[in-house]
Amino acid sequence: MNTRAHSPATAERPGSAPAAVPPASPLLEIRGLEVVFNGFRALNGVDLTVNRGELRFLIGPNGAGKTTLIDVITGLTRPSKGSVTFDGTSLAGRREHRIVRLGIGRTFQTSVVFEELTVLENVDLAATFRRPLAALLRQRRGVPDAVADALERIGLAGLADRPAKVLSHGQRQWLEIGMLLAQRPRLLLLDEPVAGMSGDERERTGELLTEIAKDHTVIVVEHDMEFLRRYASQVTVLHEGAVLVEGDVAAVQADPRVQEVYLGRSRNERAKDGESA
Amino acid sequence: MSARWRGAALFAAVALLVLAVAPAVLDPFRLGLLAKYLCFAIAALGIGLAWGQGGMLTLGQGVFFGLGGYSTAMYLKLHDAGPGNLPDFMVWSGVEELPLLWRPFSSPVFAIAAAVLVPAAAAALLGFLIFRQRVRGAYFAILSQALAAAFVIWLVGRQGLTGGTNGLTHFYDLFGHDPEDDGTKRVLYLVVALVLGALYLLARQLVKSRFGRLLVAVRDGEDRVRFLGYDPAVVKTVAFAVSAAMAGIAGALYVPVVGIISPSLLGVVPSIELVVAVAIGGRYSLAGAVLGGVLLNWAHTTFSEQYPSGWVYLLGLMFVLVIMLAPGGVAGGARRAADALAHRRRPEPGRPGTTPTPGPRRASEPEEAVAP
Repeated sequence: MNTRAHSPATAERPGSAPAAVPPASPLLEIRGLEVVFNGFRALNGVDLTVNRGELRFLIGPNGAGKTTLIDVITGLTRPSKGSVTFDGTSLAGRREHRIVRLGIGRTFQTSVVFEELTVLENVDLAATFRRPLAALLRQRRGVPDAVADALERIGLAGLADRPAKVLSHGQRQWLEIGMLLAQRPRLLLLDEPVAGMSGDERERTGELLTEIAKDHTVIVVEHDMEFLRRYASQVTVLHEGAVLVEGDVAAVQADPRVQEVYLGRSRNERAKDGESA
Repeated sequence: MSARWRGAALFAAVALLVLAVAPAVLDPFRLGLLAKYLCFAIAALGIGLAWGQGGMLTLGQGVFFGLGGYSTAMYLKLHDAGPGNLPDFMVWSGVEELPLLWRPFSSPVFAIAAAVLVPAAAAALLGFLIFRQRVRGAYFAILSQALAAAFVIWLVGRQGLTGGTNGLTHFYDLFGHDPEDDGTKRVLYLVVALVLGALYLLARQLVKSRFGRLLVAVRDGEDRVRFLGYDPAVVKTVAFAVSAAMAGIAGALYVPVVGIISPSLLGVVPSIELVVAVAIGGRYSLAGAVLGGVLLNWAHTTFSEQYPSGWVYLLGLMFVLVIMLAPGGVAGGARRAADALAHRRRPEPGRPGTTPTPGPRRASEPEEAVAP
């Protein structure tokens, strides 16, 4: 049973796309997005455009609305106002799995993998969602190419037949990224992929990210400034539910507003944390 | 590989025991009882699939068991009454014309098909409505239990249509054979055993397939599954419908074997009893569910003969003990013992380059070979 991805809409193979695609065509367009939770404005008029092939970092202090933004794009949270358009299709009112089927995949801050399934089965399930349910009734024979690719990329091929519950925290994050790759999405959303990782693991994740970004459109939510400096090019800074600054990493870092709200604030916060602890 | 052959050998051994040894050594009465236990085991198998694999704690399987049972019983009643006549209980209730609902059941083919398809369709409809609204966990359990309660009330209330509290009983002719005849009982027993074996293999195939892996994924992280591009409601609905069909088949076989179907067999208590049987046998293992179905109903019959009122207390006690001490039930315990034995014989070589730090353990995990 051969198992390439089949749908023509998602035939964009890693490794083949970027050269053919014009550099500045928008894949994701967000306009005037507002989200209100019980009177609290989590997002307050966000505009964001992400082009094909771009690696975009999304930063901002705690509560700036980064994860909320990801949640809206992926259908987990319903916006009160504004629009999200993916490749010309509005995402309004679509349920989560429908949005995945359009080609948007995500990972979570606290990685959720299926502990009872093997590493291979985790990735395999991610790879096969486009098949009809009846086709899933057959037993898996061999390893589909997309799955083998993903396992190789995240460096867990050696653990393929082990249950996911034996993985370390860092390996779980990689497994999530592997599952995401196996989905062959056109847009990848990574929510704090290096949170809680050791130095070595951060480095490996950074390399993985650089590698993935070569042939994918990626949005990364990140807290870690050091990681940002090393691996980011385009950065969007969110503050209090709105876009504060957008630009390349050097320009954003030099911007006094960013220093004030983000760096300044985070230093204050750290001081506050120190007091309260 | 060797594990696979071991499994096949075990299955063959059990099949031999059930198909050849049991009919040879048991007297017709005991064989009939065993056939009854095997009927419950079929329903338990369905619960193992829905609950053990899919995480749907269904406390209303009695409804589907009943739908299957009443389908067969309605055919048998009409057959006994003969064309144009009413079943005996309708005459006693003063019903003068055969109710519309009964008419198609004069055909045995329709009745047998209905015994499988009606429960499956009911579960599919119900499941899809419930699961789409993301009702799950305890809420689903309570809903399914309420369904069982409501079904019983309806059955009891419609005396003329359903036979009320007495249910449907007194069957005299089973496809041309006397149901009381020893030969008929033996054949019935074999049919039940073969159906159970076939359904077990079917369920096993389902669990091993990608769908089965997906079902486990839905059980352990329904919300995460959505972000893999699947609709968990569909996955759960399919599993629930298959489980209901199995309960329906169990009920359909139960009627000729035992000779009665009545509301007291499919209310809240019998439904819960089935779930307890699966918990005791081992819900994460299909074989465990089957074993539980047989063992618990054997214990029920045996114990009730001595202490009729004590059974419910014993049942409750067993349930609490299993949940507290052995969440994996008998099958989980057996697997753990086998794993421990295998480890002692052949210690696992350390894998270089990996750091297997187990994540937070959950109490519900049955298959942990390592002592905490």
